[in-house]
Amino acid sequence: MAVLELTNISKHFGAIQAVNDVSLSIEPGQVVGLMGDNGAGKSTLVKMIAGNFRPSHGAMQMDGKELILHKPVEARQHGIEIVHQDLALCNNLTAAANVYLGRELRKGVGPFRILDYAAMYKRAGQIFAELKSETRPRDLVKQMSGGQRQAVAIARTMLSQAKIVLMDEPTAAISVRQVAEVLNLIRHLRDQGIAVVLISHRMPDVFTVADRVIVMRRGRKVADKTIALSSPEEVTGLITGAIEQV
Amino acid sequence: MAATLDQTIAQKQHTLLSRVFASQTFWVVIAVILACLFLSFATDAFATSKNLYNITRNVTFVAIVALGMTFVIITGGIDLSVGSVLCLSSMVLAITMHAGYSIEVGILASIATALAIGAFNGILIAYLGFPPFVVTLGMLSIARSLAMVASNNTVVFQFGPDHDKLLSLGGGAWLFGIANPVLYTIVLALITGFILRWTKFGRHIFAIGGNEHAATLTGVPVRQIKVAVYMISALSAGIAGIIETGWLGAVTTNIGTGMELQVIAATVIGGANLAGGVGTAFGAIVGAALIEVIRNSLGLLGINAFWQGVFIGGAILLAVLFDRIRNFRRSD
Repeated sequence: MAVLELTNISKHFGAIQAVNDVSLSIEPGQVVGLMGDNGAGKSTLVKMIAGNFRPSHGAMQMDGKELILHKPVEARQHGIEIVHQDLALCNNLTAAANVYLGRELRKGVGPFRILDYAAMYKRAGQIFAELKSETRPRDLVKQMSGGQRQAVAIARTMLSQAKIVLMDEPTAAISVRQVAEVLNLIRHLRDQGIAVVLISHRMPDVFTVADRVIVMRRGRKVADKTIALSSPEEVTGLITGAIEQV
Repeated sequence: MAATLDQTIAQKQHTLLSRVFASQTFWVVIAVILACLFLSFATDAFATSKNLYNITRNVTFVAIVALGMTFVIITGGIDLSVGSVLCLSSMVLAITMHAGYSIEVGILASIATALAIGAFNGILIAYLGFPPFVVTLGMLSIARSLAMVASNNTVVFQFGPDHDKLLSLGGGAWLFGIANPVLYTIVLALITGFILRWTKFGRHIFAIGGNEHAATLTGVPVRQIKVAVYMISALSAGIAGIIETGWLGAVTTNIGTGMELQVIAATVIGGANLAGGVGTAFGAIVGAALIEVIRNSLGLLGINAFWQGVFIGGAILLAVLFDRIRNFRRSD
């Protein structure tokens, strides 16, 4: 069964039709590349799934149940996690503190509860090990490489039982070696049965790691096919409009 | 492979010692100790119990407010109104007690005034998006003016039926001959240190100073916390005002004038970063101590008091210079 299913979703801002009648479904453990030029509607689509916007029309279903989100926190409660484009990290805090930001572990009774540093370091370390990332929980984020910073942002999504992870341009501003690291992190998420939606401009990344590619142009879904049956040339044509629809 | 990965993850990059040596606060502590040692040998008057009693007590008013200011500065804000809030709180206390109310009522009214002002500052900053500098600059003017209106710009030195209680609260020495204000400072510093290190609230304060946008995205209640830190800052000014009133035995509308600059200087010397994200309770205390030792020593060494500003200003620049040098090295 699909973990997330969108049916005839539309979103308009006044007269501007940002997303127009898009339907798609995402299976568990599947990596879906979401591609499109600037203004194609991919961010708007993702923001609806993340609970930032409400769709103007259409319905979303999660595990077969109706999904209505009023704010981002609710998306997280439903197991939808987002890795933001700027990663949303605090440089002055440790890796573990960033992973647990907003949902710190505490110990103690009643109002006398203190931060449980040991537990947070331990669990963060376990997650980094699962991600096969050489990231130390006690290090400050400001001293980290781009790949390690990605690992910290992705580790956040693994704290709770995430079902679907939305990644916004995770490879946009990092070095070639670190891109490989991030793609590995995505594979590790997939191997745990988590669905990943990878929003990217970079054709090679999508074709390396994704199982499926969805192309959007001017608010419409113009392609949705298995990666093996497509090609970078075809996708480029779809993005620019040289190929109308497949 | 897995074993080495686990080892890497478990590794600590810094030992406790290397962290201590890398902190600005540590070097300021060394400076304070060296200055004290030098003064003990160079002058007869420094190492007397009377002088030490004076120094420790004088430190406290700036130190207590610096503790509150530390919260604000860690979030990347600034509170210029603390000197005036101290004055207004003192005046509210004095007038309430002068009117015949008990010390409890006086303190309650004074604290409530401080909290109300802090909440006002915080709401303008957090919910209406005013720059902290502008809001608290406005409040600097408003609060002192209100104190003048409330007292008709007179000196209040009679505090009604609980007059003696108030004086012993601020001027006494209830424990081992240590001045009361020093005891309060120690307690407040411990509470501040605890909050910053061990509570979720403290962690969120650092997160806001580090990256406010990230804090918002990860579900930190940024606005509520910002209001809270300005209330804490005003509260610390209120507490300092109450204690200072008890110590001085009189309140004028000049009390706390220019104090905001000393307080900010103390936190910065102690290692807080005005850009946000960095600061400690211990640093605030040590910074306040360094300023007081400089002031005291100039007097004892017979140097013209007009030079005070130069030395304190120099200390600020020197403390921050150390920080810059360390950062240059790191970025190389």
